[in-house]
Amino acid sequence: MSKVIKIRKGLDIKLKGTAEKIIAQAEPASTFATKPTDFPGITPKLAARPDDKVKAGSVLFFDKLRPEIKFTSPVSGVVKAVNRGERRRILEVVVESDGKNESLNFKAGDPNGMSRDEVRQKIMDAGLWPAIRQRPYAIIAGPQSEPKAIFISGFDTSPLAPDLDFIVKGQNREFQAGIDALKKMTRGEIHLSLNSAYPPSDVFTGTGNVSLHYFKGPHPAGLPGIQIHHIDPVNKGDIVWYINPQEVIIIGRLFLTGKYDATRVIALTGSEVLKPRYYKVLSGTSIEPFMKNNLVGTNVRYISGNALTGTRINKIGYLGYYDSQLTVLPEGDHYEMLGWISPGLDKFSISHSFPTWLMPSREYRIDTNLKGGVRPFVLTGEYEKVLPMDIYPMQLLKAILVDDIEKMESLGIYEVGEEEFALCEFVCTSKIELQSIVRRGINLMIKELE
Amino acid sequence: MNSIRRFVDKIKPNFEKGGKFAYLKSTFEAFETFLFVPKTVTRTGSHIRDAMDMKRTMIIVVIALLPALLFGMWNVGYQNSLAMGLERSLLDNFWFGFLRVFPILVVSYVVGLGTEFIFAQIRGHEVNEGYLVSGILIPMVLPVDTPLWMIAVATVFAVIIGKEVFGGTGMNILNPALTARAFLFFAYPSYMSGDKVWIRGLMNGQGIVDGFSGATALGQAALNEHVILNTNGNPMTAMDMFTGTIPGSIGETSTLAILIGALFLIYTGVGSWKIMLSVFAGGSLMGLLLNAFGGNTLMEIPFWQHLMLGGFAFGAVFMATDPVSAAQTKRGKWIYGFLIGVLAIIIRVLNPAFPEGVMLAILLMNVFAPLIDHYVIESHIKRRLKRARVSTNANNI
Repeated sequence: MSKVIKIRKGLDIKLKGTAEKIIAQAEPASTFATKPTDFPGITPKLAARPDDKVKAGSVLFFDKLRPEIKFTSPVSGVVKAVNRGERRRILEVVVESDGKNESLNFKAGDPNGMSRDEVRQKIMDAGLWPAIRQRPYAIIAGPQSEPKAIFISGFDTSPLAPDLDFIVKGQNREFQAGIDALKKMTRGEIHLSLNSAYPPSDVFTGTGNVSLHYFKGPHPAGLPGIQIHHIDPVNKGDIVWYINPQEVIIIGRLFLTGKYDATRVIALTGSEVLKPRYYKVLSGTSIEPFMKNNLVGTNVRYISGNALTGTRINKIGYLGYYDSQLTVLPEGDHYEMLGWISPGLDKFSISHSFPTWLMPSREYRIDTNLKGGVRPFVLTGEYEKVLPMDIYPMQLLKAILVDDIEKMESLGIYEVGEEEFALCEFVCTSKIELQSIVRRGINLMIKELE
Repeated sequence: MNSIRRFVDKIKPNFEKGGKFAYLKSTFEAFETFLFVPKTVTRTGSHIRDAMDMKRTMIIVVIALLPALLFGMWNVGYQNSLAMGLERSLLDNFWFGFLRVFPILVVSYVVGLGTEFIFAQIRGHEVNEGYLVSGILIPMVLPVDTPLWMIAVATVFAVIIGKEVFGGTGMNILNPALTARAFLFFAYPSYMSGDKVWIRGLMNGQGIVDGFSGATALGQAALNEHVILNTNGNPMTAMDMFTGTIPGSIGETSTLAILIGALFLIYTGVGSWKIMLSVFAGGSLMGLLLNAFGGNTLMEIPFWQHLMLGGFAFGAVFMATDPVSAAQTKRGKWIYGFLIGVLAIIIRVLNPAFPEGVMLAILLMNVFAPLIDHYVIESHIKRRLKRARVSTNANNI
């Protein structure tokens, strides 16, 4: 084993409702959606209308500013609806499945025998380009850019995270094919990071064309942004790409079979789920079938993704593009009497002001209550404890709040995305929405500099 | 609990927009959130949040202050009994002190919170919790014989000039409680120093026992007295200083009680141990240096005794660590604390007109904290730039 990178700062939030390692059966969903809101920085332009017949891989919409980036249907069927929000913003394009799951044929091909442009074109045509994201800015990778390296995190440390080793099991060929395709995209290396706490899956360790790294430590050690920072940090002018293992596998399938097969394994987690299990689904699936008769409470919040960075969806909502996890948590819309002074025997806090810190292995049922009022920045040194980067988080946030581009740049805005600040947001005593501040800063940088 | 909640829900509409008492919205909110953690849920970003909030943070500081406050109450009675030559039981001493200190606390809270409520009302903000701590700190750093009206004036000054003009808790530059103390120190010096103010009753000339001095250790040392006497007429021992059976401001005398509070703050993670430690380190170093020169009583006080005298320990633990007015970066905190320690001892020893050097040192460093942070951040930026250059060079090769 090569050198282990130790992450000391961070926090593992132990929630109730880890998924049992069983792939459960549920009847397939009837509707699927692709959501432009999953992709920060794009302006969607529709390519399909309601009642159009589509196959897996048919274009539903594309980015107005970078039209080569296409977003395609994960199933075959009929476009059922285009749901819009305020100011006619497109929220989701819903496809009703015909149950056949036919894909357009993109032709199989060994990426090793193809040119860089051919590989890129194939990924784009099938609508898989959005799977590749870049730093700076944590947005979909620029199709014309060449990254100095590509990063893949082979483990997830977020609350109730799915076990990626379990998810990728048996897909050695697909993963290797995906890696080979990605290898064409960069002259640099593909860095695959693994958790040194347990022996990782042979899907990861047996793959060629990658350099392996081992990490040890609490969340956010599993975030690509943190791994990039410790392996090959992003400086001004650098571009790196990152992608999730499941998406590598989907790209691999495209090259092996010529089909867009959006099958993925997701974990259904959270304290409100009766039987937290894994499910084999298609990207963008409606969550309805998994929730049926499978919930403990009624007043719950459905989250696509994890409790820290996931997106709130409704009961018949859809799985997000990058997500391998659904979380169901109790909604916290209730009052608590004198909560600020109560001993709090069931409360979780990074500070030692609740007695529960004496029980480190305890699992919690945390609801969505804000647990206090929003205040200006008062306490200091809180964020630093959970952000294992050479970055001053509060100073960066303040630079963003006053739109100081130069400061943002020198304090490291290019290295961060919202997700690195999710733990900071969790621990923030002032209850400030840090992730949206970070995204605001990134958007400003894109607007001013690109 | 449900009946209280129902009652609050029933009267709530009166305070909403358009209600009869809409102009009292902030006040109502303050009381409501005091009784109940609101039912607000997370909107974007992290769906779950840490159970810690500002109210709990502040209340933890208040709890940490309690040992020093309770000891202070007892000590007020004890010092008074010594001065008057009375025999009192422990409880009688405490009760005597309680009767004197409690009104000060009430004045501080009523006047301070009143000012805060008015400002929150005018601005349409929620009332901030910051004053929960300032309200107890102000009485604790004052001599027991300070007239109540003076405390009221100082409190109003501290809340308005020290905090609200900058935008409220989180925006202030100076520590509000020390602003109050400094205001009184310069506006009414005769009430803030000398040998009469530290013990209840001396100001209005009540009878005292013969040969009695009510001056603090530092006050006596400043006069270059060779043997520093405690209130009971015996030489003051290090043990007296540590337990706190000496004259001084209400909350500052007992190093032991302050250390208990400090441990609690460090244990809960609310107070910065870096600042506390570095203040003590700075003070020790400066004390050692002055000991090496010697020359007068103040310079000859052993450096470790300096740390237990006056407001040094209290300032290090409860004042310097105020997160808003302290340095915010890790390295900045070390520098900030260290300089407070050094300056406190320099002012105290080399300028006997200001035996309360700690207060001035902290206020001075409050002003300089942003500058310290600025340089820490600048060096951080330089290091990041260097990293960028190294990597571009590597790429070019």
